Amino acid sequence: MATAPEHLHTYRMPDERGHFGPYGGIFVAETLMYPLEELKAAYETYLKDPDFLAELDRDLSDYVGRPSPLYYAERWSRELGGAQIYLKREDLNHTGAHKVNNTIGQALLARRMGKRRVIAETGAGQHGVATATVAARLGLECVVYMGEVDVERQKLNVYRMSLLGAEVRPVSSGSRTLKDALNEALRDWVTNVDDTFYIIGTVAGPHPYPAMVRDFQAVIGREAKRQILEKAGRLPDALVACVGGGSNAIGLFYPFIEDDGVALYGVEAAGLGLETGRHSAPLCAGRPGVLHGNRTYLMEDDDGQIIETHSISAGLDYPGVGPEHAWLKDSGRATYVSVTDDEALEAFHSLTRIEGIMPALESSHALAYAMKLAPQMDKEQIMIVNVSGRGDKDIHTVAEREGLKL
Amino acid sequence: MSRIQARFDRLRAQGRKALIPFITAGDPEPGLTVPLLHEMVAAGADILELGVPFSDPMADGPVIQRASERALRHRTSLRQVLDMVAEFRRRDGETPIVLMGYLNPIERLGYGEFVSRAKAAGVDGVLTVDLPVEEARDALLPSLYEAGIDPIFLLAPTSPPRRIEQADAAGRGYLYYVSLKGVTGAGHLDLEDVARKVAAIKALAKLPVGVGFGVKDAATAARMARLADAVVVGSALVAKVEENLEAPARIGPEITALLVAMRRAMDAEVAPA
Ligand SMILES: Cc1ncc(COP(=O)(O)O)c(C=O)c1O
Repeated sequence: MATAPEHLHTYRMPDERGHFGPYGGIFVAETLMYPLEELKAAYETYLKDPDFLAELDRDLSDYVGRPSPLYYAERWSRELGGAQIYLKREDLNHTGAHKVNNTIGQALLARRMGKRRVIAETGAGQHGVATATVAARLGLECVVYMGEVDVERQKLNVYRMSLLGAEVRPVSSGSRTLKDALNEALRDWVTNVDDTFYIIGTVAGPHPYPAMVRDFQAVIGREAKRQILEKAGRLPDALVACVGGGSNAIGLFYPFIEDDGVALYGVEAAGLGLETGRHSAPLCAGRPGVLHGNRTYLMEDDDGQIIETHSISAGLDYPGVGPEHAWLKDSGRATYVSVTDDEALEAFHSLTRIEGIMPALESSHALAYAMKLAPQMDKEQIMIVNVSGRGDKDIHTVAEREGLKL
Repeated sequence: MSRIQARFDRLRAQGRKALIPFITAGDPEPGLTVPLLHEMVAAGADILELGVPFSDPMADGPVIQRASERALRHRTSLRQVLDMVAEFRRRDGETPIVLMGYLNPIERLGYGEFVSRAKAAGVDGVLTVDLPVEEARDALLPSLYEAGIDPIFLLAPTSPPRRIEQADAAGRGYLYYVSLKGVTGAGHLDLEDVARKVAAIKALAKLPVGVGFGVKDAATAARMARLADAVVVGSALVAKVEENLEAPARIGPEITALLVAMRRAMDAEVAPA
């Protein structure tokens, strides 16, 4: 299993200006520089403020339902014939995914900063729903940007958001998917900086977002560490999580980064196959560049234009990835792999049939890699897989694949 | 002395303000860009801003977004834009040209490669929307200084004095004040606000100050000319391109008409009595 290089033993990333080695940073238009400074100051203050942290903890427990269980998937482990597999059940959170850990945190921050309006971008709609949910609860005005293509393929979540009182604005520019929704949210923020808080849904964007979202999601890894020590009496040998922007993965990995014996696997969407070019796997098949406020691995053409991505799961359909993952890749601390649409579907069915747990298609990518990795490990070894969300939102996609119309 | 500085010196001596038009390279198609640049000079432009199309123009409103999309349908690349500048320079060795765009196409080409090609093509300034001074220092700035190309920085209504001083120290040529909180082409310009902020910037900065975003007509251009050293007009010109996609021959004359009107209004407003 991978060992951490010496410098990771006191892992303290990012630096003051948001750099993870050559990645991260702040690459935005001038208008946003000052609001980002304000946000950074607020985030640094409140993440040390006992009052704020108590409020956050209370919400995570009473509203989200944390801690989420760490479930020993005994039958599935036996079936795969290798490592003992534990599932971190983020699918059991209120709203059905890990996204709410972050939206609760950012919305509480927005309220402390006196902002009355929140905006968000969304792809699959999970982050949009999680934002609309906390906005409803805190009485904040909420606008969610969503690419026209995604509005079409995620109708259910669009309706959920409107029931929650959010306004969903379809985005018709560019490729009309998640990256364009992010552009449009940034344009809204530039226009309404005075009263608006932009709740980014993953560990991307300009500093302090990648660090801040990681810190809100790190509750996943902190709980998992405590739970596995209770259940198995030792640390796991491997962690596996899917990587879209990378928030559920970093949330699980972060508290284990200095634990040398724990291998970290991030799973990207290989779509129709890396060789076809129709995928969403910038870490596995992209190059470093600058998009959406940070330097990271991207999917781009030879002229530096961002190219369209493909994945069966809308939540992984993004041409960039959080800068901390770029750094963890280059440093060798984490390993990034990819699985195809078909492999993810197979894992979806496998977990549903064997454990009675229906995972999101995003999470199914992590599970599909676990199906490859577990048999190569000993029965005494332990693996934790992050089930980042539940699959209810995806059953139409699955049915369509089987040629069924619901 | 850079061509941009020379131009501002000359205008100051004449008691005039700079008119800086912006168009997107390759819009509506690559063959029309260089002729349009020459026409804009003939119509009274002092400095030209040429937009480099990008797939994800985060700071731009719908008009310039669509211009980028049209240009990209012809696969207009940064290399091609540099070729256009070189072609323009064959007939015009005097009018400064500033490239305006986003960082990623430059990253892809490589900073060193970009700067040497830009130098060879005759580029005078580079305005990279998503590259603030802090990040530019580590990478692009040193090579731009060395090549004698002026880095142009944006200032915004939200920029505190510290950032104004920083941009003034790191920038060359001029500072570009974004006159409103919003994207290019937005419509909610508050003249009193602009006057106050431009005065505050001019009190801190030694570089000339241009004002842009939201300048749509000759009357607004004239008022801006009173406040600042330069007036930048973009979306209003790009809209002329878009309105005439079916009849591209009309694009040049319509852009010329708007610029001539702006030029006259600006000169009349600031003419020494
Ligand atoms: C259930 C689920 N998992 C994972 C993701 C991917 O995001 P991230 O990589 O930030 O965890 C999404 C995004 O929508 C999601 O809904």
